Amino acid sequence: MKKQFRIIGVLCLLAMLALTPAVVFAAGAKEGAAKGGLIKVGIVNLPPEESGYRQANVEDMNVVFSKANGYDAKQTNTGDNSEQIAAAQGYIRDGVDYLLISAANASGWDNVLKSAKSAGVTVFLFDRLIQTDPSNFQAALVSDMAAEGNTAVNWLLSQGLSSYKVILIRGQLGSAAELGRSAAVLKARDAGKLSIVADGTGGDSWSLEEARKVVEAAITAGKDFNVIYAENDGMAQGAVQALAAAGITHGKNGKVKIIGFDFNRFALRNVQAGYWDCDIQCSPRQAAEISSWIKAKATGAALPSGIVYQKEIFVDTATITDDIIAKFGINADPGKGVVTK
Amino acid sequence: MSIAKAKAQGTQLFLPLSVLAILIVINLIKGADYFSMSVINGALYGNIPNILFGASELVILAIGMTLVSASSRGQDISVGVAGAITSAVFVQVLLNSGNITWLTIGLSFLVSCAVGIAIGAFNGSLVAIFKVQPMVATLILFTAGRSIAFMIDGKLSPVLANDLTSQLGGVIPGVPIQTPIILTVLFIAVVALFIKTTNLKLYAESVGINEKAARLNGIDPAKIKFLTYMILGLCSAVAGFIAVTKAGRHDSVNILKFVEMDAILAVAIGGNALSGGTFSIAGSIIGAYTIEVLSRTLLRLEVGTETIKAFKAAFIIVLMIIASPVVRAYAAKALRWVRSRMHEGIVLDTGALEAAAASNPNAPAKKEE
Repeated sequence: MKKQFRIIGVLCLLAMLALTPAVVFAAGAKEGAAKGGLIKVGIVNLPPEESGYRQANVEDMNVVFSKANGYDAKQTNTGDNSEQIAAAQGYIRDGVDYLLISAANASGWDNVLKSAKSAGVTVFLFDRLIQTDPSNFQAALVSDMAAEGNTAVNWLLSQGLSSYKVILIRGQLGSAAELGRSAAVLKARDAGKLSIVADGTGGDSWSLEEARKVVEAAITAGKDFNVIYAENDGMAQGAVQALAAAGITHGKNGKVKIIGFDFNRFALRNVQAGYWDCDIQCSPRQAAEISSWIKAKATGAALPSGIVYQKEIFVDTATITDDIIAKFGINADPGKGVVTK
Repeated sequence: MSIAKAKAQGTQLFLPLSVLAILIVINLIKGADYFSMSVINGALYGNIPNILFGASELVILAIGMTLVSASSRGQDISVGVAGAITSAVFVQVLLNSGNITWLTIGLSFLVSCAVGIAIGAFNGSLVAIFKVQPMVATLILFTAGRSIAFMIDGKLSPVLANDLTSQLGGVIPGVPIQTPIILTVLFIAVVALFIKTTNLKLYAESVGINEKAARLNGIDPAKIKFLTYMILGLCSAVAGFIAVTKAGRHDSVNILKFVEMDAILAVAIGGNALSGGTFSIAGSIIGAYTIEVLSRTLLRLEVGTETIKAFKAAFIIVLMIIASPVVRAYAAKALRWVRSRMHEGIVLDTGALEAAAASNPNAPAKKEE
């Protein structure tokens, strides 16, 4: 009996061990040496399983920096800053023409960036900034979180409601997205254009459940509100669940306006169905723009420098189309007319 | 002997119950309508249903964590990740099964339970057979598990948007209580029945207290540990099922994130030793609800967003210090001293001490403050 038991245990262990490398190495597939005429690019990125945003970002990099487009690109995906730095040093040794970095940690990069500079490697940062002297990199292409927040607040204030009583659900406190998206609401409040009825957070994991609790607390405390400003789609969904359970109408013909961020396809379908009201893009697709810079350089144009902000859009129930959902959305598409309850 | 045991059980539950009582009093001071409920969409709505609804996954995980802590003298930190994997399996099996009916939901759930038990068996074999420290053994899945769930999801977070699963995560028409609450109660009942009808509690406790003595008495410690990990795996699967039907969407990154820490905390608040031995599942269940009430109390008191975590941490630290063996032993000693004085009939100069002694038995833990 005991022996049998042990055998089962060992089998379980082996099965799990067999699975682990498949998962760990699936993301880091690398191939072939450089061929003549291809532009060598090294990409240091975070792992795709970090978020739906990152999954779309990694895929976008792979699609744009392909052999077909004239690139010999390698991508390293890790959430560990020291591993990222080691990978960047490897790319510099390999003699890449361009080094693209989305850093896990904003500090600790000075030496690598300097050695890239002395080796003549052009460095672009994407999605995330690094705390360093601007002369250490060529340009950074990032989302303008403050602009995203302003877009949302401007949309809201154009809705013609008699008053705006907002439940603000923040993301991870102190993160760039939270600071930028909150700033617009706080500014509008200080200007007297809206009032914040409840100010909560989904915590470090931008948690759907926490967001739901924030709204439930406001409802059971008998607060009057007509706007949910959730700083990502998951938290907006949690907030809407709380409204639905309490029988409070929302969306296009409802009492409470729902604003989400990030352009998840399920969120866009909710907007399309009038279940939510507005969603603001946070684009994970920086590759095409960076590629256009590189191609333009080949024809003699100058590279941009400093911080460059991506152009991002927003949709409401009037402006959303299937095309936008297919082209700009991230994560799985539940299909037309499907709402997440 | 049995009286002593009942008394021990009573003091063990005293801590979580008194904390819960304090929290409820705070809530009542904030507003007397705390317990008020109304019927919305055919279901009860109010603070209490919200608490029961919100804590369901945590309660289920705390039950499994209690058993594992008792038998293996360590904690499984992979429960949240295990739930993420099993729920990913549930979603994939369900979405690939063609049409979504109660039958296919049931079958997918059973598949996810099997996966949960397999995960438990993996952790259990590391702990029971290879004698790896529980926290180290489960660290493997804790680190790699979300990637596994991500791959199962097909790199996208799939959406479970249909009436049946949203009824499971919300309200079934005609039933006045939210479904996750009912599922949690059912699960607790099954566990209670299992504990009552088997020797598992006795065996797990004896293994946790003294492995060698247990073996000399014919109990196989490896088998018991392995079994408790499999039960915890099953708990993870049930918690994952509830979490994903609640969310309506499988987000491998965030589903059940950091829940393992709350589950361990629930076991500790329940008065259970994290170093194994005797345990009370009732205590852990109350502990889990206490954590939920605590976080909702802070929201109700409108503690600032930036300070809410610090408040939670401070409250828990105070709680754990009061519950610590050192303070408990000191309180017991003080109590004994007071009692012996009373018995000896030594009359001190004033009645002040007697008054203090009279009030003491009611609140032994508070003496230090």
